[in-house]
Amino acid sequence: MPEVDGKPKDRSKRILTGAQAIVEATEQAMERHPEVFLLGEGAQDPKGIFGTTTGLLERFGPQRVMEMPLAENAFTGMAIGAALMGQRPLVVHQRVEFSLLAMEQLLNNAAKMHYVSGGKHRVPLVIRVVVGRGWGQGPAHSQSLESLFSAVPGLKVVLPSNAADLKGLLLGAIEDDNPVVFIEHRWTHYATGHVPPGYAPLPLDGPRRLREGGDVTVVASSYMTLEALQAANALANQGIGVDLFDLRVARPLQLAEILASVARTGRLLTVDLGSSSFGLGAEIVARAASETFDSLKAAPRRLGLPDHPTPSSRALAEVFYIRSPQIGAAICDLVGAKPELRGQLEEELQAGRDDLPLDIPHPSFKGPF
Amino acid sequence: MKTDLISLEGSDLSTEDLLRLYRNLLRVRLIEEAIAARYSAQEMRCPVHLSVGQEAAAVGACDPLTREDRIVSTHRCHGHYLAKGGDLTRMIAEIHGRATGCCGGRGGSMHLFDDDAGVVASVPIVGSSVPLGLGIALAFQQQGLPHVAVAFFGDGAVEEGALHESANLAVVHQLPLVFFLENNLYSVYTPLQDRQPERPLARFASAHELPVEEADGNDVLAVRRATAVAVERARQGEGPTLVAVNTYRWREHCGPAYDDHLGYRPEGELAKWQAACPVARFEKALTEAGLLSKEHQESFAAACAAEIETAFRVALQAPFPRPESATDHVYA
Ligand SMILES: Cc1ncc(C[n+]2csc(CCOP(=O)(O)OP(=O)(O)O)c2C)c(N)n1
Ligand SMILES: [Mg+2]
Repeated sequence: MPEVDGKPKDRSKRILTGAQAIVEATEQAMERHPEVFLLGEGAQDPKGIFGTTTGLLERFGPQRVMEMPLAENAFTGMAIGAALMGQRPLVVHQRVEFSLLAMEQLLNNAAKMHYVSGGKHRVPLVIRVVVGRGWGQGPAHSQSLESLFSAVPGLKVVLPSNAADLKGLLLGAIEDDNPVVFIEHRWTHYATGHVPPGYAPLPLDGPRRLREGGDVTVVASSYMTLEALQAANALANQGIGVDLFDLRVARPLQLAEILASVARTGRLLTVDLGSSSFGLGAEIVARAASETFDSLKAAPRRLGLPDHPTPSSRALAEVFYIRSPQIGAAICDLVGAKPELRGQLEEELQAGRDDLPLDIPHPSFKGPF
Repeated sequence: MKTDLISLEGSDLSTEDLLRLYRNLLRVRLIEEAIAARYSAQEMRCPVHLSVGQEAAAVGACDPLTREDRIVSTHRCHGHYLAKGGDLTRMIAEIHGRATGCCGGRGGSMHLFDDDAGVVASVPIVGSSVPLGLGIALAFQQQGLPHVAVAFFGDGAVEEGALHESANLAVVHQLPLVFFLENNLYSVYTPLQDRQPERPLARFASAHELPVEEADGNDVLAVRRATAVAVERARQGEGPTLVAVNTYRWREHCGPAYDDHLGYRPEGELAKWQAACPVARFEKALTEAGLLSKEHQESFAAACAAEIETAFRVALQAPFPRPESATDHVYA
């Protein structure tokens, strides 16, 4: 926030971008815990990994902000080994696809050490992975693989949606004694919000209700939460109450509050960042069907990416992604809203975004990455 | 790096061959520069990794290849694709996300391929296409074909396990594969010395008993000569070779601009390499040998410019893929 009338800025109401929130969390964790260190390809970049590591090298030096060769599996194993010895590594990948080369270490070692050692060994490791979107990123630079990671017991999986959570949950992940996959949607780096200035780790304790409503339960994660929130706000003006949850933590999946909500509303919509098939929504709907069956007033619905890779061309990517108008329409269908209302709402939500091309996150974005 | 004149001596190439090499060099340069110049119009909405400064590697490596020989490339694939004979119009259309692009707009700049020209695939995950090159070479061997595969990769890929696993496999099975290493000294912003020990980069090959040919990567004739030796060896059933060349990326890692102001490269380094420009050096050698007149050169450049102009015009007029087509071809 800019200074007003020369008075010092109100630190409690600071607005940060998601990227700045990540820097601040990392900085505070490294300050407080000498065993925290950052490693990754580009950790020392002049551009600071989309502005998420800016200034850290200057502040903490190359021993704690380690540049890595292109050796993903080896440096992940190295991080696991260091974590076993009490260090707290923070690994970063500029795209989640690069972490696929390290799945071996992550799945075979990180996820199992604690269990196999009968609880004696701990792997306090955080792997930051960035999910790309837009500007023609294409098939190998924009995959949402959260359900892949979430399929593995022993890993924790976090999907923050906003600047405050990017900071708080990153601190929480660093403090957690388990391997945590921290999934950052590239567009959440641009999302601005109030971020408390102090060191305040948020526990990885599951979903947060963002809006209260009695007609339908909606569960979204990461960037899709922002789209769902827009839809929920527009629906509220039409008298349709959305009980909106930001999932935040996909594993361990804590659904008690969400299931209680579904039991109350009788209707459930999930909005995935990744594909609808085998997505996080599939698990949530399955649990709701098993545990709230008698309260359901309509068949639960899932929204998510279709069953094909991400095409590069904006003509194809425009129809690939789910946006607030489709979310609004799906909610109207679930609650049996009148077709006129559905149409009007879709139009209203669409109009709200007509001035920005659909393949960029922010007016400042000019490509290429 | 050398800035001296490229020596035409000892080359068994005809004037026609030499002029073809020059024309191809110039063509790749002008195409990449045209992309850079037009990128800010925001019609090419995908990442682009330009190969300005590295043209001699692509052109020299592809020149000894037949149409049936195959290549695989990386995120920085434009030069390889063009040098192997990939269709320019389909490349420019792909970068514009059009239905007429080589991937129908599905891949963008980092996934170029052209089956007619023997460009099997470009893959934007570092090191990922090298094992594909192994498989292509294996298929040639299994099918009894006299063809050769070339896998292009950068100095960064040398750090990947897949590269070393591939080198071992290729040697054990004596596959007709050329490992073509373009050492441009950087992986994005990170210099080689921050990622690998001080040593001649090609030395890793000896751990795998992989023969090595080295060349000045900004001397198209030297690159051609080194690659020709490797290709001939592969064609004769004598197995794989590493061709290692030094070169330099002029523009930013990804995108159209120059980014030396960021300070990740020592001052003056770019200027030194620009003085060793692979296009200008060869042009000078040909001119001084009396093989390339000013009019000749200008007519080459004009022909390229016209071809480029047409490719961009056609791309901008081409239709976008139909949204419904996005679900096609998930399975064969
Ligand atoms: C496995 C993997 N890790 C990281 C990246 C991000 N990345 C893209 S290109 C690149 C640089 C690779 O350097 P080099 O192989 O030397 O090729 P150059 O860009 O210099 O042509 C990196 C790190 C990637 N694409 N794949
Ligand atoms: Mg390189």
